[in-house]
Amino acid sequence: MIPLSWYVILGAVLFMIGLSGVFLRRNILVILMSVELMLNSANINFVAFSHFFQDLRGQVFAIFVITVTAAEVAVALGILVALMRNKRTLKVDEITIMKG
Amino acid sequence: MDFEALTRWFLTSIPEVIVISAACCLLMVDLFIKKGSRDVIAYLSLATVIGAAAGTFALAGSSQQAYSGMFVVDGFATFFKMVVYLATILSILLSMSFIKVEAIEQGEYYVLLLFALGGMMIMASGADLLSIYLGLELMALSVYVLTGFMRRDRRSNEAAMKYVILGAVSTGILLYGISLVYGLTGTTRLVDIATALSHIDGGDTALVLALVFLISGFAFKVAAFPFHMWAPDVYEGAPTPITAFMSVGPKAAGFAVILRVFLDAFAGASEIWIVVIAVIAVLTLAIGSLVALVQTNIKRMLAYSSIAHAGYALLGLVAGGEDGIASVMLYVFIYAFMNMGIFGAVIVMRKGDFVGENIADYTGLSKVRPGFALLMLIFLFSLAGIPPTAGFIAKFYIFVALIQSGNVALAVIAALFSAIAAFFYIRVVMLMYMKEPTGGFDLNLTPAARIALGICGAGTVLIGIFPSWFLDMAQISVF
Repeated sequence: MIPLSWYVILGAVLFMIGLSGVFLRRNILVILMSVELMLNSANINFVAFSHFFQDLRGQVFAIFVITVTAAEVAVALGILVALMRNKRTLKVDEITIMKG
Repeated sequence: MDFEALTRWFLTSIPEVIVISAACCLLMVDLFIKKGSRDVIAYLSLATVIGAAAGTFALAGSSQQAYSGMFVVDGFATFFKMVVYLATILSILLSMSFIKVEAIEQGEYYVLLLFALGGMMIMASGADLLSIYLGLELMALSVYVLTGFMRRDRRSNEAAMKYVILGAVSTGILLYGISLVYGLTGTTRLVDIATALSHIDGGDTALVLALVFLISGFAFKVAAFPFHMWAPDVYEGAPTPITAFMSVGPKAAGFAVILRVFLDAFAGASEIWIVVIAVIAVLTLAIGSLVALVQTNIKRMLAYSSIAHAGYALLGLVAGGEDGIASVMLYVFIYAFMNMGIFGAVIVMRKGDFVGENIADYTGLSKVRPGFALLMLIFLFSLAGIPPTAGFIAKFYIFVALIQSGNVALAVIAALFSAIAAFFYIRVVMLMYMKEPTGGFDLNLTPAARIALGICGAGTVLIGIFPSWFLDMAQISVF
């Protein structure tokens, strides 16, 4: 039996890796992957707590998160394709024309 | 769970059902409509929103729960739904000519607005972190696409890309916060969280962490410091009617969620979050008011102005209690009229090749179009909070709620920043009234745009003169 704290620590580590990936990497695709890590760290927490409480709510939440995230990534990639048609780059710094 | 209960739940959520099923039908209808007669979709969308508003009226006055307590219809939800209906109707009216000028006239535009509306309604009615999350995402996904709707425009692409990435990050932060709350309390229902919190020590590190994550996630949605950086770029790049919509609708729904989550579920932990929110509110006010001073693009200036306005509304949350909630509700309602109004004025400036986004473009407007300039003057004075416009009333009740709750220092700081903010609104007024025009003004004043501007103008003036009825409405709608 793996204790609950291991799952929570795994979730926290994944979340931090994801968050630092978002801020440190400059490639849009890698940033999107880092965001996925952040969302999945929340999912690990949900499922772990759900198992711990013997309560299905957390697992239901995790399934919804997975579904919505799929839609979110589809939207993000669609926008990325539109962007690529106008400017062929994946570097965040080369996209910016508006200041701020 | 029997059939009777299902029917009752269905009927309780009938406005949401109307909006979302109509949006799905309109996607199909759009395929059978000839190019160039897309106005039909706009009229059908308007009819949908009005139908949903009628449903909400029919349900008003009672407090009902549905879907195992995940969804609640009460005065509070009804009030915020009215605000988002208003924002959607005005956005549709203002979009009709704009999307022709920009050559982005597609049926999906209105359908996405309706989906965003559905998401905001679910947010206003959400009584469980799961339903709130789903509403939030339905709204956000639709708005991401709408932001990038001008596919051939680099600025629109860039705005959508920034919005979707930062939005996804904020969702990740919010979800992590929700998962911690679930771990602490064993539930995601707001009522049960409130009960569970009474057994948790106020200084619990995990609780502090969870609240910080939740605040960060929600602060992004209402563009509060330090999560406001996306707002100016996204507001500048998005099609202007969508900018107007985003600055009112999602923000109102965001405040509905913030009020319900913090003053209902986490009221017991207020000593933790109240200081954080107060600091965020003051810094949001400062950033919004000060950076707006140096903007040359009116959409960017209004973006910073809307950041500052979120700061005032957050101060109402700090005041707390029934007065605090009512003052935020009234603020959001009034803000809808005046902000849609000023964006409406920017939208009708767009005609042919003329963009009309530079503040200098408004030089001497009053000499050529006195009536239009007067309308803009009313909106700008209202945003600055000058009596007798509605914006003054909105700020006034926030200050009253702050002083009554003993936060006099915060009220003084807010009043100082509103004086600073008045400067950049009045700078536009000065350009319009004190300078000679450099060229003619060809306004894109279609009947739909006239109606929208008329509604905004009437709302801004009437609430300013007769505020008591609206304040009473807000006060009886407090949860």
